[in-house]
Amino acid sequence: MISLNHFLVVGALLFTLGLVTVATRRNAVGILMGVELILNGANVNFVAFNHYVTGGVTGQVFALFVIVLAAAEAAVGLAIVLSIFQTFKTIDVRHADLMRE
Amino acid sequence: MEPHANLQVVGHAAEELGRLAVHNVSYLWLIPLFPLVGAAINALIGWKLQKVFGKKIVHRIAVTAMFASFAVALRAFWQLLHLPADERFLQNTLWNLLTAGRVTVDLAFALDPLSMMMVLVITGIGALIHVFSIGYMADEPAYWRFFSYLNLFVFAMLLLVMGDNFAVMFFGWEGVGLASYLLIAFWYTDPEKAKAGMKAFVANRFGDFGFIAGLLLLFWALGGAWTPRDGFARNLDYRPATELNAVAAAANAAEADALAPRVEGVKVGPTLNFRELRDQVVIEATGVKEHLVHANIWGVSLLALVGILLFVGAMGKSAQLPLYVWLPDAMAGPTPVSALIHAATMVTAGVYMVARLNFLFALSPSAMGWVALIGALTAIFAASIGFFQYDIKKVLAYSTVSQLGFMFIGVGVGAYWAGVYHLMTHAFFKATLFLGSGSVILGCHHEQDMRKMGGLKKYMPITRWTYLFACIAIAGFPIANGFYSKDEILWKAFTSRHLELFGAPVPWLGPFIYTVGIVAAIGTAFYMFRSYYMTFTGEYRGNAGHHDEHNVDPHAAVAAKASALSHSVHADDGAAHAFGVDSHAPSHGAVKLHAVDHAAPAHGHDDAHAAHGHDAGHAPATHDDADAHGHGHHGGTPHESPWTITLVLSVLAAGSFVTLFLGIPAAWTHTAPLLEHWLEPTLLAEVPFAHVEHVWEYVFQGAGVLAATIGWLAARALYKDGLSDVPARLKARFEAAWTVVYNKYYVDELYAFVVLKPSVALARSLSRFDGSVIDGLVNFVGAIGRFLGRFDAGIDKYLVDGLVNALANATWGAGRQLRHVQTGRIQTYLYGALGGALVVVLLNFLIS
Repeated sequence: MISLNHFLVVGALLFTLGLVTVATRRNAVGILMGVELILNGANVNFVAFNHYVTGGVTGQVFALFVIVLAAAEAAVGLAIVLSIFQTFKTIDVRHADLMRE
Repeated sequence: MEPHANLQVVGHAAEELGRLAVHNVSYLWLIPLFPLVGAAINALIGWKLQKVFGKKIVHRIAVTAMFASFAVALRAFWQLLHLPADERFLQNTLWNLLTAGRVTVDLAFALDPLSMMMVLVITGIGALIHVFSIGYMADEPAYWRFFSYLNLFVFAMLLLVMGDNFAVMFFGWEGVGLASYLLIAFWYTDPEKAKAGMKAFVANRFGDFGFIAGLLLLFWALGGAWTPRDGFARNLDYRPATELNAVAAAANAAEADALAPRVEGVKVGPTLNFRELRDQVVIEATGVKEHLVHANIWGVSLLALVGILLFVGAMGKSAQLPLYVWLPDAMAGPTPVSALIHAATMVTAGVYMVARLNFLFALSPSAMGWVALIGALTAIFAASIGFFQYDIKKVLAYSTVSQLGFMFIGVGVGAYWAGVYHLMTHAFFKATLFLGSGSVILGCHHEQDMRKMGGLKKYMPITRWTYLFACIAIAGFPIANGFYSKDEILWKAFTSRHLELFGAPVPWLGPFIYTVGIVAAIGTAFYMFRSYYMTFTGEYRGNAGHHDEHNVDPHAAVAAKASALSHSVHADDGAAHAFGVDSHAPSHGAVKLHAVDHAAPAHGHDDAHAAHGHDAGHAPATHDDADAHGHGHHGGTPHESPWTITLVLSVLAAGSFVTLFLGIPAAWTHTAPLLEHWLEPTLLAEVPFAHVEHVWEYVFQGAGVLAATIGWLAARALYKDGLSDVPARLKARFEAAWTVVYNKYYVDELYAFVVLKPSVALARSLSRFDGSVIDGLVNFVGAIGRFLGRFDAGIDKYLVDGLVNALANATWGAGRQLRHVQTGRIQTYLYGALGGALVVVLLNFLIS
């Protein structure tokens, strides 16, 4: 029988993998993917808690919002990546260190 | 020798004298103004005027100023003459110089009979000497400078004699010293002449110190009288009314005058004004005389001290015994200067001052005794040096010192008018002698050594006759003025019994002074006729080629060069060279005449040479002088001087005759001599003389003439025509004595040893003291300061700076380290955020 905990473990794994991706990837697109993983980890939690704890559709709707948000975020993020590429002729984030100044 | 010893007052009536009536006039300031303006014009733009208009304009300015001044003086004399005798006092106050409490010092001029006489002598003889200078200084390139100085001198001298108070007089006193210095050192390129100027100035400073000390002492004495202090017994019977003690500040002169205390209408208290001083002393009711006579300072009579200190000033200015040394050296100046300043006017300032203050000196027989004694000693001392000098101007210089001694005998024994009369007669005959010597020097091409002269009577008749007449005057033959003044002085000296020294009566001092004086008079006649015979009789000795130590003409150095130059350029001139004056032919007519005189071939004038003189345009004036020199060396013939010179000589010689009528002795006419009568209102001091029968006076006059005759005959026997070999034999016989006297008793060397060397040594030791002790102290203090500074710097550097730097370094280092935190990489920040979250979580676990 699959319980809430299984979902939570999957959500946590997704979140952690996303976090690690964001923290370690040098490719900006990879980082964006990691962000998607984090969002989706959160989505799993929303849906799981909605199903096992609260009932109704509130969690489901929230997850849908998150997906929409993720899409928008991906668009914006890719635009930023494009801009980074135009500026640095690379998408390696190690080189995008202008904020140090 | 002691006819009657009973003392009585001679001359002045013994009745009480009143205040001096003052006539205020407004033109006296013009008298000194003209020379001042002349001096200013020539000093400021003279060089330009001389360049543009020639030398004529320069001397015209100066001489015009002098004659204008003389004219105003005559106007004043006229006014004075028409006033009653006891009201002859003109005063002209210009403005207030100083107001301090009740003391006011005005820039004011006064003319009383004494200063009137002096002003007439100064402006009159001064104007003549200016005229003389035109011819004498014709070769001088700095013509304008000479006339500027000469006018400046006259201005200062007029301030001296016309000053209404000590302040103005002292200003003039210092002013004539300055002018004297400038003129002695006129040819300043010659170090000897520059030194002579300095010597005169420094010797005068010694005297001036005494003068000003006496002045301040007198001022103090008068002031002390009016501020009675407890415990000062001498002021008890002299305590003035209470309002006299009120010291109030006055805003201006009028107010100060109003505040001044008065006794019987006479302003009393400290004053610098001659007339006020005279009124205070003369009018017995003020008590000033009583007070002064009895005042003592450190046991010495105050009046004697004042008199002696003031006389020290006179010693310096009038070249008396200890301080006379500058006057012979002052002959380094141009001859007109010697005549004007060092014979006729400035050196008589001391005599004038003593005569001016006769009312003070008469109160102190001690001061008078010293004045007379010093005068007598100076008279004989200087006369003896004059015996053996060869420089004609040096003879006259020592003669001047000697004659000044006679004047001081006069004012010292109380025969004030006789001293002043001798001052005036001396001004005439000594100016004649000096200018005559100047004419001789010019005629002999700047030769001053009498051994190189001789026989000049052939060549310079006018100079010779005037010189001879002046010799007669100074020797004391009754046909010229010198006899009358000298005889009066010696007679009064003989009859004087009241003189004191150190406060003790010395009745024999008068006859002693007479004896010294009559010996000095023999000497005077001797050395003057010696100079006359050596110069004017015999054969001219200047032809022998010579260039000895006496030729110390300032131009010598320049001349030698320029002379060589002119030789090379005008080789065809041969030995013939023009006289200095010749190339100036266009500048004054007189020289033309002179040039004609010398047209004779013997003088080697040729046309080429004349042309040369004009071609050169006489722009380089030294060149003219060089010619004069060259001529002398080539053995030219002496020549008479231009008319400006001979005219002046004649006028002065005539003056030496005319002025004798001012002093016809009372013994002859039974009335007071004109000058004595004229000076009576000023020279009012009552001095007792022994009463002697008139017949004795004739005897003494005979003795005077006899003295002159002895001197004359001795000189005639020894020096006439230069034939006698007795002088040479005497010289060989008494070589040692001769050397001592010829070298002026080694007084200069003595001074160098006694005064100069110690003062130089003192200066050296002080310099050493300064260098080692004072500088050492200063350097030590400096070193301490430097050490403290270093220490402080160390503290600052290592402690304070260290702290500040450590703080800064720490901040800097921290920033440097923290800088690495901000990488600009988003992932690093993420690590930070994660780390922070981890910490929060862990804390959450740990705390709960």
